[in-house]
Amino acid sequence: MLDVAVSYNRYKFLGHEFLTWLWYVSEKHPELIKNKKEEPVSLTIGNRMVLENKNKEAVETITITGDDAGLEEGILALRKGAIVTDLNLMCKEGEKEWRFNLKGESLGLSGLRCPSTAPVENEEDIEGAVLEKTYLLEQVIQLVDVLYREFISLRVSPAWNKQVMPAMKKWIANR
Amino acid sequence: MGLLSSAVSVNRYQVEGDLKEPLMENIVQGLRLNAFRELDDLEEKSVGWTPFGKPFSPKFDGSSCMIGSLLVFSLRIDRKTVPPKVFKKHFALESEQYLQKSRRSFLTREEKEMLKEKVLADLRSRIPAVPETYDLVWQYESRSLWFFSLLKAVNEELETLFAQSFNLTLIRLFPFTLGDLAMGLSLEERDELVKLNPMVLAE
Repeated sequence: MLDVAVSYNRYKFLGHEFLTWLWYVSEKHPELIKNKKEEPVSLTIGNRMVLENKNKEAVETITITGDDAGLEEGILALRKGAIVTDLNLMCKEGEKEWRFNLKGESLGLSGLRCPSTAPVENEEDIEGAVLEKTYLLEQVIQLVDVLYREFISLRVSPAWNKQVMPAMKKWIANR
Repeated sequence: MGLLSSAVSVNRYQVEGDLKEPLMENIVQGLRLNAFRELDDLEEKSVGWTPFGKPFSPKFDGSSCMIGSLLVFSLRIDRKTVPPKVFKKHFALESEQYLQKSRRSFLTREEKEMLKEKVLADLRSRIPAVPETYDLVWQYESRSLWFFSLLKAVNEELETLFAQSFNLTLIRLFPFTLGDLAMGLSLEERDELVKLNPMVLAE
């Protein structure tokens, strides 16, 4: 296997491409977003997106924030060669809602808010609270894994260049 | 940031290697031998394990790290950080005193180094350490570990202490390692993965 530091830096573009693809899929093919049990999940872009454009000598960073952001600036940035590096996402399964930031280069989750759980009032409640919280975290981590598996399988297949890239380019041009 | 906080940050790892039987005894032994111990006056940093929810009572008994089928415990890092301006002031005072005593007008490189160590040791003995605790959840059977911090330096401390405690390697799951190790790709697909270059979306 490659050295960890080398592979982290050499392939961080995969995380950025994953987030860009997620944005595309959430808008154009939301029916593809399913959890591990193949049940449909609602995944929408939340209130923050960061894009980076490294095509020039300097790195240009575009940050879009706000609950009702139209993301037109993001599309404009994609047209100029930028790629999504950080994304705030909102995921809903029935009544349950998760919000989190996904950092492209590490795929680390931050600011992850799970559906509310029963309050911990004494030491005996801790065990139940840990199990409940772990279950809720697992739901969202498994969803990221399912989506990443879909992305990476496409990315290493001929379908990426033949179908996915042209479709994403069309989406960027026409949105 | 803790597991039960309202908002959490989490990095994921794959655990490489196996522990010898009896598992629980070996895990508890690893935790005990590397449990957090308080800093002495001269130390800058101390790193060790504490039971989940009991960061100031680093004692592990038979099942104190087990919740259901999960191993849950915490990494505690205490650090004494001398503010740079405080150091600068005390170093200047100490240097002046040293030069007066030795009736000279400048310090050699060795003398500067010696005074720096002396001043830092003196200041560290007078300031309290700041404790930070980071939880982790280890699912032994699935070789999965979640660590509740994204800070690079803290993750490096975790990787080092985990290897030292259990003789197991933690592989951080980021875009390449997640794709290469945890997504069930075939050998041909993994070969393709290594060859990938960034896509160009802009026309």
